[in-house]
Amino acid sequence: MAAITTHDLVKVYGKVRAVDGLNLTVAEGTIFGFLGPNGAGKTTTIRMLTGMASPSAGSAQVAGVDLGADGQVRQKIGYLPEEPAFYTWMNPLEYLEYVGRLFGLPAKQRRQRARDLLERVDLAQVAKRRIGGFSRGMRQRLGLAQALVNQPVVLFLDEPVSALDPAGRKEVLDLIEGLRGQCTVFMSTHILADVERVCDTVGIIDQGKLIEEANQVELLGRYTVPAFVVECEPEAQAPFQAWTERLRSLPWVVSVNVENSSARVVVRDLRQARLALLEEATAAHLPLRRYEVVTPSLEDVFLRLVGNHKEGQA
Amino acid sequence: MRWAAAIRKEIMEQWRTSRLLVLLVVLGFFGMASPLMAKFMPELIAFVPGGEQFAMLIPTPTIQDAFVQYVKNTSQFAVLLAIFLSMGAVVQEKERGTAVMMLSKPLERGTFLLSKFVAIAFSFLVSLLVAGVLGYYYTVFLFQAPDAGQWLALNLLIWLYCLVYIAITLLGSTLARSQAVAVGVGFGALLVLALFGSFPAVNVYLPAQLITWSGELFSHPGVQYWSSVWISLGIIVACLLAAWLSFRKQEL
Repeated sequence: MAAITTHDLVKVYGKVRAVDGLNLTVAEGTIFGFLGPNGAGKTTTIRMLTGMASPSAGSAQVAGVDLGADGQVRQKIGYLPEEPAFYTWMNPLEYLEYVGRLFGLPAKQRRQRARDLLERVDLAQVAKRRIGGFSRGMRQRLGLAQALVNQPVVLFLDEPVSALDPAGRKEVLDLIEGLRGQCTVFMSTHILADVERVCDTVGIIDQGKLIEEANQVELLGRYTVPAFVVECEPEAQAPFQAWTERLRSLPWVVSVNVENSSARVVVRDLRQARLALLEEATAAHLPLRRYEVVTPSLEDVFLRLVGNHKEGQA
Repeated sequence: MRWAAAIRKEIMEQWRTSRLLVLLVVLGFFGMASPLMAKFMPELIAFVPGGEQFAMLIPTPTIQDAFVQYVKNTSQFAVLLAIFLSMGAVVQEKERGTAVMMLSKPLERGTFLLSKFVAIAFSFLVSLLVAGVLGYYYTVFLFQAPDAGQWLALNLLIWLYCLVYIAITLLGSTLARSQAVAVGVGFGALLVLALFGSFPAVNVYLPAQLITWSGELFSHPGVQYWSSVWISLGIIVACLLAAWLSFRKQEL
């Protein structure tokens, strides 16, 4: 079942179409990485899905509730903006209790939930310290806690770690990973390594349009290039060059790009080439340093997709 | 429940950010000092070099002077504080991002706005009551005991006058993108109403007539200006309604 669906969602600001006909389906219980370069429309999409902005056209459903249905969706979601802001005169316990009151939690449950969440985000020791003195990492963790007070069905996280140092990033990503199976997480980011680490499914947006949406493993598989990287010791550069020339004439080789003592060999059939290429190298008595099948990273896929999209637009 | 939570938070904020304390101190001071200033005005003027001749001309202070001093001082400072303490109520939350955090929860925008108005109104009520108690005590001590019911009515009229400017500035704070604009709306309204007040035919209907009424409560007890009360209440309701209508459509 889908936790989020959007149909031709559009947001226009003056002459700019910040979101341009977005059709998206996020399965329940997944951690969805919403990827895109800066200004792609990620935050605008989240603002519409959380009810903070109205769509110019199209429709959306979050946790089974239509957007604009008297703000009912707010009862079922959690939201952490890119830069969470708090009442600095409050302490974390007061803040979470206040959020609990807004969700109508009974007093005892509210207090217990606040304490549990502070424990979970490692802020229990500073539960009664003014938020005004908190570091960015502490604020981000408190932001995550406040988004979880109502045990949301869908949790929206807008660039949750982009402003944090490596230690802070790890802490917050660990917390997000810990939410797997508890709720659907919709996380926007432009940091691909974070998506690779925690997200099951990925959607790539550029210039307001969704250009790809798939399970991460499937996506990487879909964009796998049947290629090898072969590298030999530098002293064997001359025979290596000759060998790469020979490779170009073989029917199962598509292209060979050589750089010093390293070559990238693109082939027609990966399975066939796996055996043949190594045999060729052995027959040429090359002292190999590296021989591997190229596996694309999410970054390769992202750059390729965004690049293709931009070329298509041009 | 959400109403109660929002109002509780706003009142807590009034106290923790020292806004209520500032109000208590300022209005409390003028509540206390007004009867003293009325009583000792001739002596104070006599202290000024060359002021002895003027002091001789000042008639012996009466309880009426204490009322006039009290109404003038507290209303002038209260209205300035009403504008300054309301100017950031909404626009500051929008600027800082705290409004987004709260309004993504099941907190209605109307509740968000009205709780702010109620909390600021509450701070002014408490502060004016404290100023009233201090003013009453010193008036009794230096002159004679005024009628307690009338004294309370005097303070409630000043409170209502402040509520008009709290509502106007809150509307400014909702519409504006900066606190400077919000404060401009408050002072602009003060100026426009003062200009209209220069026409005697219009003056009796304006909020400033509440201050005239409070000053005349003891000297002309039979004179009443109910029309200015209804107009003031109308301005308050209209401003809050306009603020809500605008805020519910704003994108955060």
